Amino acid sequence: MSSPEGLGAPSPAASWRLGLAVRAVRVINRGVRLLRLGSGTVAGGRVGLAIAPGLLRSLLAGRTTALVSGTNGKTTTTRLLAVALGAGSGAGSTEVAGPGATAVVTNATGSNMPAGHVAALADAAPGAMAVLEVDEGYLPELVATARPAVVVLLNLSRDQLDRTNEVRMTANRWRAALAGSPATVVANADDPLVVWAAGGAQRCVWVAAGLRWRFDAVGCPACEGRIRFCDGWGCDCGYRRPEPAVAVEDSGGGVVAAFADGRRLPVELRIPGRFNQANAVLAAVAAEALGVRAAVGLRAMQSVDAIAGRFAVHSIAGAQARLLLAKNPAGWAELLDIVGPSRQPVVVGINARVADGRDPSWLWDVPFEALRGRRVVATGERCLDLSVRLRYAEVDHDIVRDPRHAIARAAGFTGVADPSVALNRGADGATDVGAVEVNAKVEFIGNYTAFHDLLGR
Amino acid sequence: MAPLRVIVVYPELLGTYGDGGNGVVLAKRASWRGIDTTLIEATADQRLPEGDLYCLGGGEDAPQTEAAEILASDGMLGRSVANGAVVLAVCAGYQIIGRTFTDAHGVAHPGLGLLDVETKRGAGRRAVGELVAEPIGAGLDIPTLSGFENHAGLSVVGHGAQPLGRVRVGVGNGDGTEGAWSGRVVGTYCHGPVLARNPALADLLLGWALGVDTPLAPLGDHREELLRAERLRAASRFRSWRFRSH
Repeated sequence: MSSPEGLGAPSPAASWRLGLAVRAVRVINRGVRLLRLGSGTVAGGRVGLAIAPGLLRSLLAGRTTALVSGTNGKTTTTRLLAVALGAGSGAGSTEVAGPGATAVVTNATGSNMPAGHVAALADAAPGAMAVLEVDEGYLPELVATARPAVVVLLNLSRDQLDRTNEVRMTANRWRAALAGSPATVVANADDPLVVWAAGGAQRCVWVAAGLRWRFDAVGCPACEGRIRFCDGWGCDCGYRRPEPAVAVEDSGGGVVAAFADGRRLPVELRIPGRFNQANAVLAAVAAEALGVRAAVGLRAMQSVDAIAGRFAVHSIAGAQARLLLAKNPAGWAELLDIVGPSRQPVVVGINARVADGRDPSWLWDVPFEALRGRRVVATGERCLDLSVRLRYAEVDHDIVRDPRHAIARAAGFTGVADPSVALNRGADGATDVGAVEVNAKVEFIGNYTAFHDLLGR
Repeated sequence: MAPLRVIVVYPELLGTYGDGGNGVVLAKRASWRGIDTTLIEATADQRLPEGDLYCLGGGEDAPQTEAAEILASDGMLGRSVANGAVVLAVCAGYQIIGRTFTDAHGVAHPGLGLLDVETKRGAGRRAVGELVAEPIGAGLDIPTLSGFENHAGLSVVGHGAQPLGRVRVGVGNGDGTEGAWSGRVVGTYCHGPVLARNPALADLLLGWALGVDTPLAPLGDHREELLRAERLRAASRFRSWRFRSH
């Protein structure tokens, strides 16, 4: 008879299976990477879990673990937290950053379900801390399996309309999973759904990290009444914003993390955007809960200039394209803020595969009006849905279905023709204005598969 | 002349699926034709304003019930319809303007009774995917309807209304028909948003609201035509795939 999973040492047979499973994960993932079939983060993990369903629990046993979840900012916050804790990067890598630094293992490529976690952990040194990005739907399972020391909860908003993952349901599942958990929950106090989810935990550190997209937060999770956003937020039933221990604040010289104990730490990053500064503060607070001072963590984060290809400038079709990824209206609103100040051409890429959500109706929740007056090119498999949306936003644009051609077109290179769709500028789709001034610096914003197709080539 | 008032009803409750875009499409298509138009996003914490054209969208279960209760006690929508206002209601909104609808727990709720439709919860899988329907009935002189459906409701259209179309691909009401209409009130399961994908339906509703019998001036909907052709092609592939797999 084998011992119940998670209690005492596994039986010899179970132990043999676990060993075999770990070796299978390593061999398959190395093979996948060697043959350039992928980044080697899922296939091996799946096989390993099939051989030994208890593999993830076993790999996490005895490890100090932090979990990061939320609709937007998971990959970035996970990376920033890993960096703050003294880690290198790369899927499944275990590096020691310097004398006295801690070894950290993390799923850096955004493979955020158990197969990805197993893949990252299979190569980890026994004592290394684990910092894991977790898909919102899998957080309850990971909380039970990993017994984390810290859980970071970022935000919850609509994502992938064709699935029935109502965000309120997710918040309720998180709340049940965290009820009675000894983990320190670092949570965004400005998101009522996140506060509801964290509410059951024994220890919460509230961070006023901001919430730009509020349409999914107006229903009170406690009483189904109405949340009002005024001086924080609150409902008539008494459910209201908790007093934050840390706030992300604008000071004259930039953004600071203002601690209730009086510390005011500057948040200076190389990756752009106010929301990334908020992610950095959440990561710094989480790092502090794990023994690294927030000031030290924030300083370490200054080395990060790209997150799994995002925010990095790539040379594509002769242009210098900064690649940005947005998956849902909240993310798009943030990225449109980022590209706002520059006057560079913008390429917007939209697909609607399963990983994107098959219904792109959410395009109508995105404030594309912000792109008026810019040179804009619509691309991707659903460029026509986007084009209709842009028409009603009164944003002049070209349509070029192939993303590389679209980038060349936005950069103003002549002789770029896409025979698949030949519609050009003018809100009424009137005439082609012909060649435009060359501007080799281009912003590309894509949703999930549109971004990854471009990055993968 | 007072401006045309387009009201998006309770976007914080009935705005989950991008259906607020229907209000944008109506307002832009009117103003591009030189018609003075006001677009109002009416939230549920205030009295519903008087309008010429109301748009209700899809929403999650709890907000749907809440919206139905608030609209019933507010009373403005029913009064406006009696005075000739036009209504476009999508998905959860479509169910709300019917006689009754059933929530996820199997509890029946009274609707606003603006359309003779009753909606029950389907026992099978949720209907998710492309929806194509051929408009039927005199007075609906518009081409094939294209949208994306995502719902668990089965709707029965009574004698006081007629179906909006006959389903070619997808589920719609669940009995081979899709949506319903009566007078100047239209209900549908099509997201997309429906008026972005079906500009002829948008112009039909605008014509009703403006009280004009002649067709409105064309707007050169080239990209809409391309989008429609693409979605109809995609939907027909989806249908043949589905038939094979059964």
